[in-house]
Amino acid sequence: MHKLPELNTVGNKIPNRQAICDTLMAAAADDRNVVALCSDSRGSASMTPFFNAFPQQSIEVGIAEQNLVSISAGLAKCGKKPYAFSPACFLSTRSYEQAKIDCAYSDTNVKLIGISGGVSYGALGMSHHSAQDIAAFSAIPNMRVYLPSDQHQTAKLIRALLTDQKCAYVRVGRNPVEDIYSAENCPFEMDKATVLCDTENPDAAIVACGEMVRPAIEAAKALAASGIHAAVVDMYCVKPFDTEAILKLAPTVKGYVTVEEHAPFGGLGSMVSQAVAAACPKRVVNLALPDAPVITGTSKEVFDTYGLNAEGIRQAVRSLFA
Amino acid sequence: MTNKELSVLAYELRKKTVDVIMGAGAGHIGGDMSVMDVLVMLYFKHMNISPENQDDPGRDRFVLSKGHSVESYYTVLSEKGFFDYETYKNTFSRYGSEFIGHPHNTLPGVEMNSGSLGHGLPVSIGMALAGKMDQASYRVYTVMGDGELAEGSVWEGAMAAGHYKLDNLCAVVDRNGLQISGSTEDVMSHEPLAERFAAFGWHVIECDGNDMDSLDAAFSEAKCTKGQPSVVIAHTVKGRGSAVMENKAPWHHKVPTAEEYARIEADLETRKEELAHA
Repeated sequence: MHKLPELNTVGNKIPNRQAICDTLMAAAADDRNVVALCSDSRGSASMTPFFNAFPQQSIEVGIAEQNLVSISAGLAKCGKKPYAFSPACFLSTRSYEQAKIDCAYSDTNVKLIGISGGVSYGALGMSHHSAQDIAAFSAIPNMRVYLPSDQHQTAKLIRALLTDQKCAYVRVGRNPVEDIYSAENCPFEMDKATVLCDTENPDAAIVACGEMVRPAIEAAKALAASGIHAAVVDMYCVKPFDTEAILKLAPTVKGYVTVEEHAPFGGLGSMVSQAVAAACPKRVVNLALPDAPVITGTSKEVFDTYGLNAEGIRQAVRSLFA
Repeated sequence: MTNKELSVLAYELRKKTVDVIMGAGAGHIGGDMSVMDVLVMLYFKHMNISPENQDDPGRDRFVLSKGHSVESYYTVLSEKGFFDYETYKNTFSRYGSEFIGHPHNTLPGVEMNSGSLGHGLPVSIGMALAGKMDQASYRVYTVMGDGELAEGSVWEGAMAAGHYKLDNLCAVVDRNGLQISGSTEDVMSHEPLAERFAAFGWHVIECDGNDMDSLDAAFSEAKCTKGQPSVVIAHTVKGRGSAVMENKAPWHHKVPTAEEYARIEADLETRKEELAHA
């Protein structure tokens, strides 16, 4: 358990995709087997600097997501460490079978990077939203699913992934996100959730991933002022899901609130509900995008509409005590 | 081995493949028979793959994209010594078997899992690109069915292989003209197939895919082709080897009756003897 971090409102604000590019460039300089692939997406992925600096380790496949994933698998089978970048909406649906068979089933070391995830392309419609990717990829045996929250955690995650030989899917958003952690203070253990709380005996738990972690922390701080001490579980590792981190909080919490930039089925909320119901039945409130096309707007406008913000989370936690 | 000896071997392996299918009560016999000569020519003459070098980064790579021809593929792998034929035959597709009904790469000699069509060519492109990056000398081979060519991912791959001028890549089309519903040209036409691949930047070689001399020449030509990938359109006969099955679409995955089995075995033995004494 770590203390709730101080949120610096004038801190760094860069997209997590930028952190991925920076981390991979540092790795590629020392390891020629680190390879990046894009599907006409290098700009959106913030990977243009990588492509310019390491042209021999960069592959453009054109607008062909199925090939993006299969070619990555072939590269991996021959000793390369491919990072395949494509908008999460396309990567998680158009090339789903390639991820299932050529990556997970064939057990190849392919890292799938879903950029502009969730409702990053807020106003562009459902074609450009990836609100199903957690459910889809989590259902594939041997596939791991990660949604890091800020640049520091993203960098640590990518550095960890560079050292293993298994496939994984990483979803990051398009927008700059304010830091949660710092270079000096970013607790990270691979495949273990980061649990943040100012007390040993929290009254409630908020489980979040990706861009929802920051509003979860804001909500926890607001709740503390009114006497409710909530733990925030940064479940960046959606799969393998850290069940232990959830259950450890059960003895003192009244219930759980989950918050995710995802459809209401098969995502973080479903996983937490499943774990809690099986081991320590308590109330679980799921905050998620609706089972419907989301309203047109920026990410923030979409989040605000559906209560995926600090106030929405705060109210959901308070409802546990009503 | 001489091409004549390889022809005889292909018929012997056809018989062993039919035995596997009879034992399992399942299999894709028609495509197994059409593609057998291609597999034998590749594994016993043209590819640098053996149990001894299966972990060598310099080995050639092979991906069976038409994964439903797994029975002939596994028979060839067992003949190469990757695993025991009897174990394969006695457990194929049975409860708990590691010999699943489509290629599975936990088995020695199998690079990639397949079964869903349209994956082998793009995966092979990745392998070929890795070879180019490493300036390695290995070649990459993939065998597709002709019905499989309706998958869009094949043409994404065809585009990429041409774009990257992957002359270390050789694709094979088992052009037997039939798929499960009937003639490939009735289901979804592929002609002019040679021109289609050529338009994507490929060197196209057409051959008799059930004739070892013709296949030998085709793969030799592919190896000598520089600056573009090669595709061998191997004209074959579905169910090749027995009049019971030849050119009959229902034999895509039909399991012979006892009577049909006897006739098929007799036909295969007769053809084998004819080739041996030709």
